[in-house]
Amino acid sequence: MSNDTKTQASAPTSAVDPRLLQRESGLQGYLNEFKRKIRGGDLGSLPVVVGLLVIWAVFSFNDSKYFAATTGTFVAYYMVGVGLLSLGLVFVLLLGEIDLSVGAVSGLAAAFFAVLSVNHGMNPWLAVVLTLVGGALIGALQGWIFAKIGVPAFVVTLAGFLGWQGVMLWLLGSTGTINLPDSGLNHFLSGNSFFLGGDISGGYILALLAVASMAVSSLLEQRRRRSAGVPFRPTSEIVLRSALLAVGAFGAAFVLNQDRGVPNDLVLFLALLIIADFVLRRTSYGRKIFAVGGNIEASRRAGISVSAIRISVYAISGAFAALGGLAIASTTSAAGQAGADPNNLMMAIAAAVIGGTSLFGGRGRVWSALLGMLVISSIQAGLYMLGLNLDIQYMIMGVVLLAAVVVDSLSRRTQKSSGRA
Amino acid sequence: MTSAPVLALRGVSKRFGAVQALTDVELEVHAGEVVALVGDNGAGKSTLVKTIAGVHPIDEGAIEWEGREVHINRPQDAQHLGVATVYQDLALCDNLDVVNNLFLGRELRRRGVLDEVAMEQKSRELLDTLSIRIPSVRIPIASLSGGQRQVVAIARSLIGEPKVVILDEPTAALGVEQTAQVLDLVERLRERGLGVILISHNMADVRAVADTVAVLRLGKNNGTFPVQETTQETIIAAITGATENAVTRRAARTAEAAK
Ligand SMILES: Nc1ncnc2c1ncn2[C@@H]1O[C@H](COP(=O)(O)OP(=O)(O)OP(=O)(O)O)[C@@H](O)[C@H]1O
Ligand SMILES: [Mg+2]
Repeated sequence: MSNDTKTQASAPTSAVDPRLLQRESGLQGYLNEFKRKIRGGDLGSLPVVVGLLVIWAVFSFNDSKYFAATTGTFVAYYMVGVGLLSLGLVFVLLLGEIDLSVGAVSGLAAAFFAVLSVNHGMNPWLAVVLTLVGGALIGALQGWIFAKIGVPAFVVTLAGFLGWQGVMLWLLGSTGTINLPDSGLNHFLSGNSFFLGGDISGGYILALLAVASMAVSSLLEQRRRRSAGVPFRPTSEIVLRSALLAVGAFGAAFVLNQDRGVPNDLVLFLALLIIADFVLRRTSYGRKIFAVGGNIEASRRAGISVSAIRISVYAISGAFAALGGLAIASTTSAAGQAGADPNNLMMAIAAAVIGGTSLFGGRGRVWSALLGMLVISSIQAGLYMLGLNLDIQYMIMGVVLLAAVVVDSLSRRTQKSSGRA
Repeated sequence: MTSAPVLALRGVSKRFGAVQALTDVELEVHAGEVVALVGDNGAGKSTLVKTIAGVHPIDEGAIEWEGREVHINRPQDAQHLGVATVYQDLALCDNLDVVNNLFLGRELRRRGVLDEVAMEQKSRELLDTLSIRIPSVRIPIASLSGGQRQVVAIARSLIGEPKVVILDEPTAALGVEQTAQVLDLVERLRERGLGVILISHNMADVRAVADTVAVLRLGKNNGTFPVQETTQETIIAAITGATENAVTRRAARTAEAAK
C-alpha cells in the first residue's frame, strides 16, 4: 500500500506496526485475509451460507420435489412477515438487549388496523400510518421504562409480551377474527401480488439493479479512497463480491420466476433492509447504536445520550413489529388471535441470531434477518413437504437455534482469545 | 498569569453515598498553563476530573469557565465548553475500530452521511504525530495493547478544538518513547495556549512539564505550588500530609510497636 511506505519514509517511527501481517494486494491477499478472519473467529455470514447449502442439499436429496417451482414462492411467502420482526430486533440486539414483545405487538397492530379499516371503514392508508405510529409509540414506551426507570429490558418486554396480547384480544372482541379484504395494501403485502405483475423481467431487473449499484458504489468509494491516500479495496475484490451477489440475486430471480415472479412484499422487505443497513453503517445515529452496544459508559462520556438511543431503538423495533404484523395478517387475509403467535417471536429472534447478529451486542448486520429467515423458511418448506408433524418441526427448529447461539458464543470466545472483541 | 483562569473550581464538594470524595476543592487553570494534580491513591483526583467532565455532577460549589459560572451536568456540557478528557479507565468501545473511537460522538459528515475517508485520513495523521505504532486504524480497539489504547484515548481528546485538556494518568501504561511523546504533546498544547490538567504519580514527569502543582489529600486541597520554586520534598510532604512523611511515619510505627 503506497500510503504506508510514504509515512514510513517521512517519520522515523511509522504508525504502522511492522509486525502486522499486511494484506498482500490482489485476490491472493484477499483469500489470505479471509482465512485469517475465520481463524480469528470473525465468521461473518460464512456459517449461515454453508448451513443454507447443506439444508438445500439434504432436502433435495430426500425429495427431488424440493426444487420444484413452488418452493421458492413458499419460502418468500413465509419470510417477509417474521423477517420484518427480525429486522427490528437486529437493532435491539445490537444494543445487547432483547425485545420479547414484538410478536404480541405485531398481533395487536394487525387487530388495530383491522378494527380501524374494516370495522370503522377508515381509509386503509391512514389506518396503516396510525398502526405504524402506534407500534413505534408502544416500543418507545417500553424503551422509556427500560432507559429512564431502569427496569431490565427483558422484564419490560416480557410484560409487553403478555399485556399487548391482552389488548389485542380485547380489541378483537367476541368474534375473535376480523377478515381483511384482499385489496389495496393488504393485497400488496399478501404475497400474492408480484413485481411488474409477475413479468419474467421483473426479477432480473431487480437483480441487475442490485449488482450494478453495489459495483458502482464500491468503485466510487475505491476512487475516493485512492485519491485520499487511504487503503482501498482492490478491484479484484470488488469484482469477486459483485460476482457473488450476482450469483445470489440472479439465482433467486430465476427460482422465483419458475413460479409467479417476485412478490411485492419481498421487494418491500429488501428495500427496508437496504435502508436499515444504510442507517446503521453510514449515519452517526447508526454509529451510536453500535457504540452503546459496545460500551455504555464510554458512549455516555463521548456525549451520546444513551437513553435517547435506547428509546428510539425500541421505537424502531415496535414500528417494524407493527409492519410485520400487517404483513402476517395480509398473508392469512385475517387479523385473528393467532396473530400474536409466540412462535413468530421465537422465529424472529432465531433468524437474527442464525444470520450472525450477536446476542451480546455491538456486532451484527441487518442482512442477518434476511439470511436467518431464508434458513428458517427453507427448513419449514422442507419439513412441510416431507409431511413431518409439528412435534418434529419444533424439535428441529430448536436444534437449529441452539446451534446458532453456540456458534455465536464460540466465535465470541475465539474473538476474545485472538484479540478481536 | 493575570488574566482570568479559563477554568476554575470554587469550593467543589462531591459525595458518593457514605464517601465524601471531594471537600471544598479549589482549582484554577489558565490558558497556556499546565497544572499537575497530584495526590495519593484515592485522594480524589479522578473524581475531580469526572466532575469537570460532567460524568459526576458536583454536589456543592461552583465551576467557572472564562470567569462565568457554568453548570456541567452531562458530558455534553463539558464538551460544548471545550473540555476534552482522557479518563484513567480510558472509556473506549471495544467493538469499534480506532477511527470510529477517535471520532465517536463527533463524527465527520459529508452530505449528512459519515465521511469515513476523511476520518480515516485524519486519524492516520493524528496517530503519526503521536508516533504510536498501531497495526491498522481499522482494527477493533479490542485487539490493541494497553499502551496503544492509551494513545488512542489521548489522540481522541485532541479531536475537536478543546480549550482545556485533562489527562488522567496518561502515561501509566506507556513505554519510555511514548511517555516522552506524551510529555512533548503536553508542551505543544501549552504552546498552543490550551489549559492542561495533568494527573500523574511520576514526580519526574510532573516536574518536567508542569507550571503549577496542585496537591489533593483525602479529597481536600493540600497546597498549590509553582514548580520552579518548590523542592520535590515539599510536594511529597504535601501529598503524604505536611506533618507526616515517610520518615516520621516509620518513627511513629516503631514507637507504636515498642509499646
Ligand atoms: N463511582 C464511585 N462510587 C463510590 N465511590 C467512589 C466512586 N468513584 C470514586 N469513589 C471514591 O472516591 C474516592 C476518590 O477516588 P478517586 O478515583 O478520585 O481517587 P484517585 O485520586 O483518582 O486515585 P488513584 O490515584 O488511585 O487513581 C475513593 O475513596 C473512591 O472509593
Ligand atoms: Mg484516579
